[in-house]
Amino acid sequence: MDPNHLRNQILSIAGTVVLLALLYVANTQGSDYTIRILNNIAIFIILAVSYNLINGVTGQFSLAPNAFVAIGSYTSALLTLTPMEKEISFIIEPCIWPLSVITLPFIVSLVAAGVVAALLALLMGFPVFRTRGDYLAIVTLGFGEVVRVIANNTQSITNGPLGLKGIADFTNIWWAWGFAIITVFLIGRMIRSSYGMAMKAVKFDQAAAEAVGINTYWHKMLAFTTSAFFQGVGGGLLAHLITTISPVLFTFFLTFNLLIIIVAGGLGSTTGAIIAAILFTWGGEALRFVEEPMDLGFIDIPGIPGMRMVIFSVILVLIMIFARQGLMGTREFNWNWVCRKLGIGGRS
Amino acid sequence: MALLTVEHLTMKFGGLVAVNDFDLALEKNEIVGLIGPNGAGKTTVFNMIAGYYTPTEGAIRFQGSSIAGQKANRITKAGIARTFQNIRLFSELSVIENVMIGYHCRIRSTFLGATLRFPLYRREEKMMVEGAMNLLREVGLEDVAREMSTSLPYGKQRRLEIARALATGPQLLLLDEPAAGMNANETQDLLQLILKLRKDYNLTVFLIEHDMKFVMEICERLKVLDYGTTIAEGTPHEIQNNPRVIEAYLGEVQRA
Amino acid sequence: MELTFFLQQMINGVALGSLYGLIAIGYTMVYGIIRLINFAHGDVMMMGCYFAYFGILMFSLPWWASFAVALLLTAALGVLMDKGAYLPVRNAPRISALITAIGVSFLLENLGLVVFGGRPKGFETPDMFNEVYEVAGLMFPALVLWTPLLTLAILGIILLIIYRTKTGRAMRCISHDMETTKLMGVDVNRIISITFAVGSAAAAAGGIMWAMRYPEINPLMGIIPGFKAFVAAVLGGIGNITGAMLGGLLLGIAEILLVALMPELAGYRDAVAFGLLILILLFRPTGLMGTKLPD
Repeated sequence: MDPNHLRNQILSIAGTVVLLALLYVANTQGSDYTIRILNNIAIFIILAVSYNLINGVTGQFSLAPNAFVAIGSYTSALLTLTPMEKEISFIIEPCIWPLSVITLPFIVSLVAAGVVAALLALLMGFPVFRTRGDYLAIVTLGFGEVVRVIANNTQSITNGPLGLKGIADFTNIWWAWGFAIITVFLIGRMIRSSYGMAMKAVKFDQAAAEAVGINTYWHKMLAFTTSAFFQGVGGGLLAHLITTISPVLFTFFLTFNLLIIIVAGGLGSTTGAIIAAILFTWGGEALRFVEEPMDLGFIDIPGIPGMRMVIFSVILVLIMIFARQGLMGTREFNWNWVCRKLGIGGRS
Repeated sequence: MALLTVEHLTMKFGGLVAVNDFDLALEKNEIVGLIGPNGAGKTTVFNMIAGYYTPTEGAIRFQGSSIAGQKANRITKAGIARTFQNIRLFSELSVIENVMIGYHCRIRSTFLGATLRFPLYRREEKMMVEGAMNLLREVGLEDVAREMSTSLPYGKQRRLEIARALATGPQLLLLDEPAAGMNANETQDLLQLILKLRKDYNLTVFLIEHDMKFVMEICERLKVLDYGTTIAEGTPHEIQNNPRVIEAYLGEVQRA
Repeated sequence: MELTFFLQQMINGVALGSLYGLIAIGYTMVYGIIRLINFAHGDVMMMGCYFAYFGILMFSLPWWASFAVALLLTAALGVLMDKGAYLPVRNAPRISALITAIGVSFLLENLGLVVFGGRPKGFETPDMFNEVYEVAGLMFPALVLWTPLLTLAILGIILLIIYRTKTGRAMRCISHDMETTKLMGVDVNRIISITFAVGSAAAAAGGIMWAMRYPEINPLMGIIPGFKAFVAAVLGGIGNITGAMLGGLLLGIAEILLVALMPELAGYRDAVAFGLLILILLFRPTGLMGTKLPD
């Protein structure tokens, strides 16, 4: 299709190599703090890009990513914890068999996290996609809350409100960024395939999509489960990064953060989701000072927890009022555009 | 055997009877028109055939099997494609993508195959691109293939919508007011286009239209609806001289 | 199970349900008129509680005056929210309005955390609500009896506004067809603001009674009752005010009975509402009262 296809592919591979090289430098030279932020960025990229698939590309406004991240976190954590660690953690009720005895490799636990999250999405999808628009939003929100309530109450599986502790810190820069690159690559490919086109068609005009023979229900399901799969994997990575998880981590608050990212990036743009994930994670760190006590010499300002979220909420509302397209609208990064801007001609 | 048979088709919305006891038999390769004053229930008939409404009563058979109440996408796959009265293109897709998407329902690649670009998908994608280009050439839009669909002038949007419908591989094409908003020249071009497409793709066409000159010229048979009831049917010549039809239309003028 | 125990629980359920109903009225009025799920409604309720709290504590107002001022201030907050955040996105896609509402919700919650602090504050309940009555062997805290009565009174006032005033007629017209109403020369934006004011005041009333029930308040207290009230509104058929009240009662009773009859499931209490919501949307998407849902 594109005469510059080969050149662009080479550029993409080169770009990835440069990224990996930079990560290598950061990993060897950077402080723990830098590495932690980089890990966070990678996980947020995974979560935001997959969230954008259902909300932005397919136009189904789900508010349930926290549920899938939660399921993924718990699944992978329970699979990598050793039987002894489980015995120590589960003090109120013992962990149920067979979870109590298995320990699996990290990579297997991540795949399992994705699969379990995708299965949950499949189950949820049946009732959820009978609704549309803001009702769909509320029903998915409800499911998200139900998952959290269940996590709080199934003592013998999730250890209830106590959560899981002592999860091995397997997630490093390579795992996190490796999966981020895989996620962006696969979801990007899917969006560019005719399946992605069909998903966009569902977003723009459902009746017209049906008129061209697209099974809208099935394509919504596809986007939803794919998105849930990667959110589950992201959850698994998150669990092995922070090493302690409990239900309070997975409230609507998490969904809200992801929502800000994909809205700021432009609903429907993977590029936008990536840029916004980086800005959000980095910005969240940079804004940390507003919550810390400040001594301006003449006046002492005590720390104000919550100030960052005030700023983010205001940003979200302002984006909706003044810049509904976000950073990228539905546009995507492409090499042709870059080359044109740099004055490197290609065949057109 | 008729390609499409419709018997006793009735649609009620609450107490309102939008279409009452509508019958139709379309033979292969026919061009049949459905006319009638505004609000006569023409689009409702289309929506029932195309699967957007489930008829209150009646049967719809396409190639011998019942399709009444089936989902719209199933009906499209079975071989009935439609256009809309108010053009409904996918606004943020390019012209060629709007046509390519019509092929999507027929590809055999799974989403995994498409995502990982297996050889089957590569072949099918190539087929989609070439097929779409051919269709665009057929409707005279090949030079704007890469433009955004919404940037096209009205007449071209109508043609694009027809090309998109053809991409789904239909045997029966339902056109809802294809000539609406076109000038005399464009209408004439459209007429030639529909005749050519019928020949090239072995199509049967069922259309709704208000432009009487167009209808009388292109259709072999006509059905006339008024207040949901069929008041006349026959050749264009018979319809033109039918007193009930004249009354229905004159009544409309007086009502308006 | 003893009858007295059952009755006791029913009365508790009615009291709790009335609160859900009161909050649900605001959801349903706003949705009915501009098709917006006002996500921030529960947080508006929270603000109402803080207004009342500060009225009593800082300005030493008598409780009834403080409550009245709180209702007025919350109504004003509702108007401010409409003018500042929702009016600019009135003609945007509905999802944009929903995102805005989610943003406003988080803004109120976090502003609450910043300004009021995250620590819960004890809410001083006026003495008359603290008494305990004994009727036919059943013990009733006064609040449990007062709640449904006050709720009914407020519902009555709102129904009067909607069915007996010119403003109410305009509200009904807008919910039917906003464009035409505009053409008739009605100041649509003013009517919408009034709707927000009334709904917010009702939420404040519900919130204050909620605060007396527990009796403490915190900046995140609005989230759960807000969600549940929304479910109540859907149960009753969104847009239908009496329905919202009935939906609230149903939800309140269901919750209390779950906890009373199956104490081992008490932890799932907060999931009841969403379970009901999912069931309703599956089997009776028009709500119990049968108002049609939009696409």
